[in-house]
Order: sequence, then structure tokens, then C-alpha cells
Amino acid sequence: MIDFLLNPWPWWFSGLIIAVVMFVLLFFGKSFGFSANLRTLCSIGGAGKKVKFFDFDWKKQIWNIVFLIGAVIGGYIAYAFLTHGNHPVEISESTVQDLQALGFSEPSSLQPAELFNWESALSLKGFLILAIGGLMVGFGARYAGGCTSGHAISGIADLQIPSFIAVIGFFIGGLIMTFGVFPLIFG
Amino acid sequence: MKFIKYLVVGILFGIVMAKSEAISWYRIQEMFRFQAFHMYGIIGTAVVLGIIGVALIKKFKLRDITGDPIRFYPKNKSVPRYLIGGIIFGLGWALTGACPGPMVVNIGYGFLSFGIVLIFATLGTYLYGVLRDKLPH
Repeated sequence: MIDFLLNPWPWWFSGLIIAVVMFVLLFFGKSFGFSANLRTLCSIGGAGKKVKFFDFDWKKQIWNIVFLIGAVIGGYIAYAFLTHGNHPVEISESTVQDLQALGFSEPSSLQPAELFNWESALSLKGFLILAIGGLMVGFGARYAGGCTSGHAISGIADLQIPSFIAVIGFFIGGLIMTFGVFPLIFG
Repeated sequence: MKFIKYLVVGILFGIVMAKSEAISWYRIQEMFRFQAFHMYGIIGTAVVLGIIGVALIKKFKLRDITGDPIRFYPKNKSVPRYLIGGIIFGLGWALTGACPGPMVVNIGYGFLSFGIVLIFATLGTYLYGVLRDKLPH
């Protein structure tokens, strides 16, 4: 049991818990959609005075911001109490090789130092990668009306055609980035 | 403390995203390269259980804790906003290896540079709000 908790959790268990999270929120009368929080953050920051899209009663979204804070705490708990130290992620050998060809060393934790340690993140190129990537996630999620939780999980669970279209878009974008753009910016 | 239950569910979400490595940039690369089943297994399991559960909620007309019927709101029918928005989102997802949920879980896990990604994701949402009327929907 302790080993099960401390080792990486299997995909089926993760999928099960994510479905549970979605249903618990539904039974609380809410819907599972994480990127809505980014809009709420803009609104809390006063964006509603200038841009109509952010002029809404953000107090009705406090529950979701509390959920976000919980997610941060959950990440901390997983790191501090539920791991054997900062173990490397066990990705497939072919991914390791593909990434080595792009200049990434073998994984030594959950995230590549080449992108996320401070030295990389605060270099000009590294900063631009994180900034532009983040900008696209935030812009795209709101334009598409949802992110992975809102479309890929909640939307498809309700068999909504717009969510299928959005998820196809997620993959088109992801494949263009992975196979078209990565060889240009890495390696 | 009516919000405490959302904190608990959020903590559960954060732990499971971290423990199943769904917050890892490497796992997202592995997914977009179709080199492992892991991420497909996570999303697929959640979706299959989700489809079954939503169908049951509708069939038995289940109610939420306040006694109101659980409702599902059909999203507006359109193609451009979902496709173009989705593509832009996918580009950023593959580049940073994180969608909005994993961004904040990573910060909790100690990968603080995801704060940069989160700040710019918020700015991206702001930019969408500014440009919204000029974009095809």
C-alpha cells in the first residue's frame, strides 16, 4: 500500500480519480473547467473596467479559485510526502532518444532542466519559450472556450461536438509544435 | 467554510496529476509523439467513465447537493473558434508541457519557473478578451 502510494500512480487510477473529481464538482452544482480561473484572475485584477469580457461577478467563481489553490497544495503534498525524492520520469526509450537528438539529456526528474531550471528559464531564449508558450495556452484556451478539463474531459463526457473539434485542434497544434517547430528551436 | 470542500477536491486533483506524472513535460512529449499509452490511458479512462456517468446522471435525472437538477449546457455550435483556439492551445501545450491545471500543480511541486508560464497564460487570456470582437467565432 505504502509502495503503491510512493511510486508513480498507474494511468487507470489517475483516470478514475479525475472522473471522480469531475463528478464530485457536478454534485456540488459546478462544472470542471480549470482555465476559467485565468479569466477570473484577470477580472479580480480589475480587467473588467477596461474590457467587457472580464466584467462579470467573479465572486461566483471563488469556488474554482479555491480549487486552484487546492491543486497547488496537492502538488506540494505529492512532492513532500508521496515520493521517494525527485525520481526521474520513466518515459519510453524512443522518446528519450528523440529528445536527445533535440539536445535534451535523459530525464533526471519530472521536468527537463533545459527548460525549467532558473538558469534556462531566465535566459532570453528560455524565457521567451515559457512566455510565448504560456501566452498561447491562455489565449487558445479562452478562444476555444475551454482547456483539457473543460473540453477533453467534461465536454467529451457529455458527447459535445464542439469539444471534439477543440480536442482535434489541441492535437493539430501539439503535432505542429512537436514535429514542425521543435527541430527549429531546439538542437 | 462552504469553500473547504473545493479545497479538498483541488488537493485530490493536484496529488493525482503529480503522482501520475501528467504534469511532466516529458509525458506530454511522449503523448504527442505517440510513443506510450500512459497519457491516453489517463484521459481515456476519465472520458469513458465520464461518458457513462453523465449518461446515468441524465437517465436518472440526478440532483446536486442543493437539490437542483444537474444540468449540462450545450456549447454554441461553431467550428472556427474551437479549431483555431484549439490549435493555438495545442501549440502552447506541447511547448510548455502544461495545460492550465498542471501549471499550478507544478508550482506546488516546486518547479517555480512554471510561475512564468502561468503569468503569461493569464496575460494570454487577457489578450483574448481584448481581441475577442475582432476574432472569428
